[in-house]
Amino acid sequence: MGATLRSWLFTTDHKRVGILYLIGSLAAFAIAGVMAMLMRIELTNIGPDITDNPQDYNVWLYFHGAAMILGFQIPALTGFLANYCVPLMIGARDVAFPRLNALSVWLFWAGIVLALATFVIPDPPDVMWTGYPPYATMTWGNTAFYSFTVLLLGFSSILGGVNFLTTVAYMRAPGMGWNQLNVFVWSIVVAFIIQLIFVPVLGTAVTMLLFDKYLGTTFFQPANGGDVLIYQNLFWFYSHPAVYVILLPFLGITYEIVATFARNRVFNYKMVVYGGFGGVLLLAGEVWVHHLYTAGVPDWLRVGQMVTTLLISVPVGLLMIGLVGTLYRGSIEYRTPMLYALGVLFFFLIGGLTGIPNAIASLDLHLQDTYFIPGHFHYVMAVAGTFAIFGAVYYLFPKMTGRMYRERTGKLGFWLTFIGMNLVFMPMMIAGIEGMPRRYYDYAQFPQVEGMQQLMTVGAFVILAGALVTLWNWLHGALRGEPAPANPWGSRSLEWTAAPSPPPPGNFPVPPRLEPGWSPYAYGERA
Amino acid sequence: MPEVRSVLAAVPTGLLVAGAAVAGPGPIADPAVGWDRLWEEMLIDITVIGLVFAAVAAWFMWRYRRRDRAEGDPPRLSATAAVGWAVIPAFVFMADDFYLAAKGWELWKVYRTVPEGALEVRLDSAMWSWNYTYPNGAVTVNELRVPAGRPVLLRMTSRDVVHSHFIPDFRVKEDSMPGRITYLWFYPKEPGEHVVTCAEYCGLLHSRMAGKVIVMAPDAFEAWYRAAGQKAAAEAASGGEEV
Repeated sequence: MGATLRSWLFTTDHKRVGILYLIGSLAAFAIAGVMAMLMRIELTNIGPDITDNPQDYNVWLYFHGAAMILGFQIPALTGFLANYCVPLMIGARDVAFPRLNALSVWLFWAGIVLALATFVIPDPPDVMWTGYPPYATMTWGNTAFYSFTVLLLGFSSILGGVNFLTTVAYMRAPGMGWNQLNVFVWSIVVAFIIQLIFVPVLGTAVTMLLFDKYLGTTFFQPANGGDVLIYQNLFWFYSHPAVYVILLPFLGITYEIVATFARNRVFNYKMVVYGGFGGVLLLAGEVWVHHLYTAGVPDWLRVGQMVTTLLISVPVGLLMIGLVGTLYRGSIEYRTPMLYALGVLFFFLIGGLTGIPNAIASLDLHLQDTYFIPGHFHYVMAVAGTFAIFGAVYYLFPKMTGRMYRERTGKLGFWLTFIGMNLVFMPMMIAGIEGMPRRYYDYAQFPQVEGMQQLMTVGAFVILAGALVTLWNWLHGALRGEPAPANPWGSRSLEWTAAPSPPPPGNFPVPPRLEPGWSPYAYGERA
Repeated sequence: MPEVRSVLAAVPTGLLVAGAAVAGPGPIADPAVGWDRLWEEMLIDITVIGLVFAAVAAWFMWRYRRRDRAEGDPPRLSATAAVGWAVIPAFVFMADDFYLAAKGWELWKVYRTVPEGALEVRLDSAMWSWNYTYPNGAVTVNELRVPAGRPVLLRMTSRDVVHSHFIPDFRVKEDSMPGRITYLWFYPKEPGEHVVTCAEYCGLLHSRMAGKVIVMAPDAFEAWYRAAGQKAAAEAASGGEEV
C-alpha cells in the first residue's frame, strides 16, 4: 500500500496526474458546496437562522466563490481533463514535460491546503473571491491567505500552460494536422493561451494587494496617491478572460460527448475552432470593463466595452450552432454523459442569453451586483461548467477505471441536479430583478423575496441529493462496477480506439498510425 | 481625508443649485421608465432567440434519437456552405448586437445627462451608513428627503471602502469610493418611500447598510428643508464657538 501511495504521489504519468487533479478539485467542490448549503440555509428566512454573525456568512461566501472557481472549475478542466485527455487524444505517450506536470499538481494541492487553512486560522479571509481594496487591505481578515492561494494556483496554471502548448505543438501522432485535432484539444490550446497572457496580471494585482496591506505601499490608497480602481481593472483584466478559461474547455468536452453519443461529425469544425474559439480569444481581453459599469469609469470606456461585450455573442453563437448542428442527422443515444452534455446546452443557452442584458451598460445600472448576476453566471459558467465536468467524469469513467458506472443511478443523479439547479438559479435571477443585492447575509429590506429564497433553499437540498447519488455511483462503479471494454461508446477518437481501458503508462501498446484523412469524428463513413 | 475634500472643491459648480426652487415642468426623460421599456424589449429579444435555439435542438433530439441507424449520416458541407454557416449567423448576431448597443447607448445618455435644475445632494458613504449633505448645509443619515417632481443629483464619495448606492425603485446604482467623485441622478415624481441599499460588498454589515429615499410633496419638503438648514447652521455656529 505504501508503495502504491508513493507511486501515485510521485507519479509523472499524465493520467495519474490528471486523476490527482480530479480528486483535489472534487474535494474543493465538496467543501465549497457545503459552504453553499450553509449560505442557503442561513438565507431561508429573514433574520438569523444558523448564525447571528454576518462574518461567518462572509467567510462561507468567500470560500465558496474562491474554491469553486480557482480550486474546482479551472483545475478540473485545465488540470484533470487536459491531463487525462490531451495526450491520449493526440496520440502522445505523455505530456512534453512530465516532471513539470507533477510540480504543477503539487502546487495545486498546496493551493488547496492553503485555501482550507481558511477554516483553522484565527482571522480567515472575508474578501470575496474578488478581493477589492480598500476593504481587502483594511479588513481584520487574513488577506495574505487569499493572495498566496491565488499566486500558487496561478503559478501552477502557468506551468500547465507551457506544458500543454508544447505538447500539442510537438507531440501529435505522425500525420495529425491541426485541423484533425479533437475540438477539446483546441479548447485547451486556446484556454492556455488565455491563461499565459492574463494570469500574470492577476498575480500582479494580488501581489500589490499584499504589499499594500502588509508592507505599507499605497497602490490602492487614495489618501497617499493611489487609486482603488487600478485593482478592479487589473483583477477583471484577468478574471473576465478566466471565464473563458472555464468556458472553452467545458464546451470542448461537451462537443466530444455530443459527437460520440450522436455518432456524428462536429458540425462545421473550422467554424467552431476558428470562428468560435478564435473569436473568443480575440475578444477575451477587451471586455473587462463590463464588470465596472457602475464603478464611475469614463463613459466612453463603458460604452465602448458595451459594444465589445455584445460582440462576444458572435463567437458564442457560432459555438452554439456547432453544438446543435452536431445533433443534426445523428444517431443519438441518451446515456448519462449525453444527458449532462445536453444539460450544458440548456444551462449555457439560458446563461448566455441572460448575459445580454448585463452587457447593456444602461440595463446593468439596475442589474449590477443584484442576485441577477450570480443567477446569470451560475447558469452560464458555474452550473454549465459543473455539468460538463460531471458529464466528462461519466464519459471517461470506463477509460479511467476500467469499469462501468450504473446507468440508472447516473440518470437519477442527473435529473436531481438538473431540477435542483433550476430551482435555485431561476428564482435567484427573478429576485435580482426585484433588486435583491448579492453577498447579503440578511435581507430585511427585501421581504418580497423571502418566498424565492425558500424555494432556492429547497433547490439546494435537491442538488445535494443529486450530488450524493452521483458520488455514490462513482465510488461504487470504481470499486465494484462491471469491467468496461476499451471503447464502450463506439467513439472514433484515439483515446478510445487505440488505448485499452485503463491505458497503461505510455498509453498505446502500438503507437497510433493515422490514415490520410483520419478524423476523430469519422462517423457515418464507409472507411 | 483632506485629499477628498480638495477634489470635491474642484468639482465644477455649474450644476449646484441655490435654494430648493422646484424646476418647471419640462420634458425630462425618466431613466427608470426608459429602463423598464428597454428591459421589456430585451426580454422579447432573448426569449425569441432562446426559443428558436431550444426548438431546433429539441426537434433534433427527438428526430435523430437512435432508432435503426447505428451511426449518424451528416451531409458533407461544401466550402461555400461552411463559410455561409459562419458568416451569415455572425452578421445576424452582429445586427442584433449593434441594434441593442444603440438602444443601450440611447438610454445610457439619459442616465448620465443630468437635467437642468436638479437638486444636488452630496453623499459620503461610510461603513455602514449613507451621509447626505444638502446645498444649505442640512445633513441627514440614511434618509434622503427629496421633493416630488424634481430630479435629484447625488455627488458621491466614500470615507472608507467601496460602496454602491442602489435605489431599486429608480433602477439606478453607482459606486462611491474613496479618492474619486461619482454621480447618479434619478427622477422622483410621486411622494412615497423607496429602499436604498448597498450593492458593493463592504464587510460585516454590508447587508444592513440600508436607508430610504423619502419623496415629499414640494411644500412639505420646502418646510423641512428650511428647518433642517437652520438647524445645521445653528449647530455649525455653536460648534464653531466650542472650538
